[in-house]
Amino acid sequence: MDRFSWSNGLLEIDETLVVQQRGVRLYDGDDKVKMELGVALLSTHRLIWRDIKNHECCLSIPLSQIIFFEEQAAGIGKSAKIVIHLHPSSPSKEPGPFQNSKYSYIKLSFKEHGQIEFYRRLTEEMTQKRWETTPVSQPLSSGTGTQVCRKTRAVGIVGIERKIEEKRKETDKNISEAFEDLSKLMVKAKEMVELSRSIATKIKDKQGDITEDETIRFKSYLLSMGIANPVTRETHGSGTRYHMQLAKQLGDMLQAPLEERGGMMALTEVYCLVNRARGMELLSPEDLLNACKMLESMRLPLRLRVFDSGVMVVQLQSHSEEEMIASALDNVSDLNTNYSSSLSILLSSLSFLNYFPRLLLAEKVGHLCRDDSVEGLRFYPNRF
Amino acid sequence: MHRRGVGAGAIAKKKLAEAKYKERGTVLAEDQIVQMSKQLETFKSNLEEFASKHKQEIRKDPQFRVQFQEMCATIGVDPLASGKGFWSEMLGVGDFYYELGVQIIEVCLALKHRNGGLITLDELHQRVLKGRGKYVQDVSQDDLVRAIKKLKVMGNGFGMIPVGGSYLVQSVPAELNMDHTVVLQLAEKKGYVTVSEIRDGLKWEKERACHVLDHLLKEGLAWLDSQATGEAHYWLPALFSELTSRDVTPEEANQMTP
Repeated sequence: MDRFSWSNGLLEIDETLVVQQRGVRLYDGDDKVKMELGVALLSTHRLIWRDIKNHECCLSIPLSQIIFFEEQAAGIGKSAKIVIHLHPSSPSKEPGPFQNSKYSYIKLSFKEHGQIEFYRRLTEEMTQKRWETTPVSQPLSSGTGTQVCRKTRAVGIVGIERKIEEKRKETDKNISEAFEDLSKLMVKAKEMVELSRSIATKIKDKQGDITEDETIRFKSYLLSMGIANPVTRETHGSGTRYHMQLAKQLGDMLQAPLEERGGMMALTEVYCLVNRARGMELLSPEDLLNACKMLESMRLPLRLRVFDSGVMVVQLQSHSEEEMIASALDNVSDLNTNYSSSLSILLSSLSFLNYFPRLLLAEKVGHLCRDDSVEGLRFYPNRF
Repeated sequence: MHRRGVGAGAIAKKKLAEAKYKERGTVLAEDQIVQMSKQLETFKSNLEEFASKHKQEIRKDPQFRVQFQEMCATIGVDPLASGKGFWSEMLGVGDFYYELGVQIIEVCLALKHRNGGLITLDELHQRVLKGRGKYVQDVSQDDLVRAIKKLKVMGNGFGMIPVGGSYLVQSVPAELNMDHTVVLQLAEKKGYVTVSEIRDGLKWEKERACHVLDHLLKEGLAWLDSQATGEAHYWLPALFSELTSRDVTPEEANQMTP
């Protein structure tokens, strides 16, 4: 922060304002500067920062001082930032708010967003380096220039600033209109949620006579609105017709891929496969899970299986437990030594899923025994 | 499933029950379902109108998405529960997050051989953005977090561990308890940790520290550097920054291990 100089914030004759953004806080290196939120202005020649409330408090730094800059993504509770690394000050630098600093970089923190646009414009200006081709006649510091000059510049910049302000207000207006409309929508949605809760209570208390058909319809209403089904925790998931249709589609679609992969696929892999194939109108993870839960009751040749570790797979019905154990044993004796689970991770993180559960099964039944060490988990034929 | 309300006796019973309820002023559930169906139609057209005006807003503005999600959560609605939901169909919110889910899974899978299934939210964010290309909409870390929350239901061990002001995203069902998490947090500053640092920083006995480190090694989350000056360093590849590491493909990794 010791690279900044005090400035009156007025642009020079050949200097043009490129973009400005409110709600910017300055950081000296990693430390917050003890100043209020301000407006960051980027011109063809300089980076300017002005306190939003106190316009007298205005700093600037020539763009030529910038070595390079990078984005710092927003985090939880943290705004997005642009980190700017600077050359050491030249000896003829005008005085600024800080005499010295232990950092040679600063950060602009965008509390009201706008970092993407600002970053893009800064990149453009730093590429074009327009300050080199249109040098300003006077040193850019406070208190210089004749009375007349200052007036002309002031009109110019005020006009430009006003345009930018109008545009910002327009964007803000669009966004606030959207928020208003959204709030009205949410009020209506809330009514639906309350109604559905009332219905659910009644179904539970068996007030009135609900037919199977009406229950199914009710569930589909809940699905449309995104309301969690409070009525029953069935093993068949939410059991709507949509999910039954999906289950059938999965039955057709996954036969071949499953056979290619030895009869088993992780649910996450299925999710990627199916959604990549669809391209649009994608399935949610819950849609997929609910559809898979129906596979058994619909007597399709696939099953959803949940292992102790929590891993969920879809497997071909034809894969009985004996087959899996037999195939695990084959692999172990084939390799003639041991089957290290960490090795299989390296081979293919997906086929690992095929083998590990089989190894565990075989171990449970007593056909294999394990050797558990820091080097990894290994399975050997059980000769005990 | 049985057929209810069959026969004259049942009909009479039903009429009696209805009369009783109406007397008490209670609305019957089936009447409410009819009411809900009507309200749903109205809501659907309101949502369509909203979508025609503001669909772009949601796609372009991560901040607006956050507001939208928070409002939904407040009233008890999950717009991402199903691709068949109104929100997803009309606002296109669903496709945005479900596709993001696919991209997250693919990134985690591609790097699993290197970091054991643990990656910083920052790195995940960078790589997802890279994969998406320049002209697709902006994706924020909040978007990633929400997509990951949805992925959890598929039982694949997706989880988020708070570390150093941000998060580590776990994509394998490795069991990580509080001890493991605390050691990860300790390692965050330098990318590695030693037994002494754990003893000094956390005041644990050597045995406890070694137990935790051994588990991390086994799960492939930590790498042992026994040639470090002083004592052995336990590195966490998940915490390596882009600048100091080189990408190794699974094939190369294969050739390196004995």
